[in-house]
Amino acid sequence: MSKDVVISVEGLGKCYQIGHIEKGATGQPNTLSERIQNAAALPMRMLRRKHKAKRRIEQFWALKDVGFEVKRGEVLGIIGRNGAGKSTLLKVLSRITEPTRGEVRLKGRVGSLLEVGTGFHPELTGRENIFLNGAILGMSRQEIRARFDEIVEFAAVANFLDTPVKHYSSGMYVRLAFAVAAHLRTEILIVDEVLAVGDMEFQKKCLGKMGEVTQDGRTVLFVSHNMQAVSTLTTRCLMIHQGRCAFQGDPRQAISAYLEGEAVSGTTYVMDKAAIAAAQVIKADVLTSEPGGTHVWGQPLRFIFEIRVKNPLQNASFSFQILDSLQQPVVHAWVYDSETPMLRSYGVFNLECTLPEPRLYMGKYTINTYLADAFSKSTIESVESICPFEVVMHGMHRDRPWKDGACKYLETWDWKIELYN
Amino acid sequence: MMKATNCETEILIQAGQHEMHYWRDLWRYRELLYFLAWRDILVRYKQTIAGGAWALLRPLLNTIVFTVLFSRLGKFPSDGVPYPVMVLAGMVPWQLFSGSVLGATQSLVTNSNLISKVYFPRLIIPCSTLGVAFVDFLFTFTLMVLVAAWYGVMPTMRLATLPLLALYALLASLGPSVLIAAMMVKFRDFKHVVPFLVQIGTFVCPVGYSSSAIPEKWRLLYSCNPMVGVIDGFRWAVHGGTPLHLPGFLISMGITLLLTVVGLWYFRCTERTFADVI
Repeated sequence: MSKDVVISVEGLGKCYQIGHIEKGATGQPNTLSERIQNAAALPMRMLRRKHKAKRRIEQFWALKDVGFEVKRGEVLGIIGRNGAGKSTLLKVLSRITEPTRGEVRLKGRVGSLLEVGTGFHPELTGRENIFLNGAILGMSRQEIRARFDEIVEFAAVANFLDTPVKHYSSGMYVRLAFAVAAHLRTEILIVDEVLAVGDMEFQKKCLGKMGEVTQDGRTVLFVSHNMQAVSTLTTRCLMIHQGRCAFQGDPRQAISAYLEGEAVSGTTYVMDKAAIAAAQVIKADVLTSEPGGTHVWGQPLRFIFEIRVKNPLQNASFSFQILDSLQQPVVHAWVYDSETPMLRSYGVFNLECTLPEPRLYMGKYTINTYLADAFSKSTIESVESICPFEVVMHGMHRDRPWKDGACKYLETWDWKIELYN
Repeated sequence: MMKATNCETEILIQAGQHEMHYWRDLWRYRELLYFLAWRDILVRYKQTIAGGAWALLRPLLNTIVFTVLFSRLGKFPSDGVPYPVMVLAGMVPWQLFSGSVLGATQSLVTNSNLISKVYFPRLIIPCSTLGVAFVDFLFTFTLMVLVAAWYGVMPTMRLATLPLLALYALLASLGPSVLIAAMMVKFRDFKHVVPFLVQIGTFVCPVGYSSSAIPEKWRLLYSCNPMVGVIDGFRWAVHGGTPLHLPGFLISMGITLLLTVVGLWYFRCTERTFADVI
């Protein structure tokens, strides 16, 4: 292994045996009594040959033939769907479970920030838990003592140091736990989904800390479903799909590959009930710039609605709202019969709405549609929470690199630059 | 701060291979052992009124019960020393053993969140419960010294062998503790079996009575119980009521060593799959 390479993984495989549920997770008899029953039943089984003990053990390869190398100081992102094998990979790397095949070479201590608060004891005070947790994560007593003040300051729990953590608010608990782990000084740091905790303020602080850690020249393996964080923090990315390494390389490409695979959720709405109303939206779709309902900020966004009319309308109005993940309406767009005559005959109409420059913040959105009779002011049909899509910024480019999290959206602007004298 | 040596350690993880640096790792993680034991001790007396006094009260109450039961009612011989002193001399190693085994049974399961999340030599966990039991051992020992002084029992030169005997007691507790802890991961039956066995053990082992009460012809068989050797050894060192029954003592010692080897071997064999099974 060359000098720079700190982690080298070759042909790594991890196989779990899945038995059926009555016989326990390993497919083996699990309690003594089961063993004794089995043993006692053996002579009977020998007599009655037909009753063969069926032990259906299925093999499940959580990881198969995974290979990669990580150089010193690199920040490797690992992405993949739930159950793709990310956590298993991390468990093998941090020596929690043993691989079934292949080998891993590690240079240096491995620290894992797998789950915040692992090993905290509710009865112990904050101060005691800092020492305990530090020891569990592999820090020596001197190391913890040296960083103690830093940890307390980062977690902002100075006033509660001698209170048992069972009386802490959940925010304080999480802050303290992250603070201890973040001050771990190992050459290789494994970070698994820890940023998804705490309030916004603290998340920002964590992201900042992560950035700091990566600038120290330490090697970091970073697992997250937060694509924004992955694209900001990592220098290279590994995408795992069904236990195999599906892509490895530039984070942007890896993220697009991952999002492409994510397309299952589906942005299309198709009406599944029998038509009752006079007119109904039978299909709705949002055309995002990337596949899988991911929209890169600044690109035009199109919405398509198909409306079937049973009873022609004279004063139809159609509108839709875009709602953010908190179900707050953000955008309202409408079209009236008085301006654009529509839905005045039988048949299926296709309505298309383009937002040339949507100013949506990064985040997840859904839409609600309203079909109404403008004259009687009665709603004919409304459909809620359809066409989920997500606005991201990581596809943005400018001449000099920029951080995705630098802002929430961009205004259109007009620069005027003049040279006096 | 990082030590230079740590930077260049290369770890090789391969399928089906025992870790090469296991014992070195165990040494490196000794602080964790200390912290886990420290945690268990701290937690045990939180929210109690008597607090640490329980460590003295429990053996004291046990001693009173045994003295009344065996000496006053059962008329068992006391080897020529005050009965409570004799009981306490046996109680000291017995408490170490029972505390360690009882603690170890649940230890891996209660710490399963650590086992499935963080790496460290798993042997640390049952060893830390042994550490907790050892602290109790020290308390009971202090109590014994106090009671012996109260009755005016004079120490002899044999007391000097006590550190060695304490080591023997630790070893005798380690083997079964480690074995049961590892088996418990897979067979939760031990959760019900062990407390029962320990309860019986309190009467099978010569805790409340002297092993000289056992007829001579059964003495060797009786010594197959490793704790018999340990308890006899302690009594011999503390008050020397009866001379040590040497063949029995050696048999106990041999079985202790065997149990330690078997326990460690089984633990090391199954340890690799703990995270998957637990």
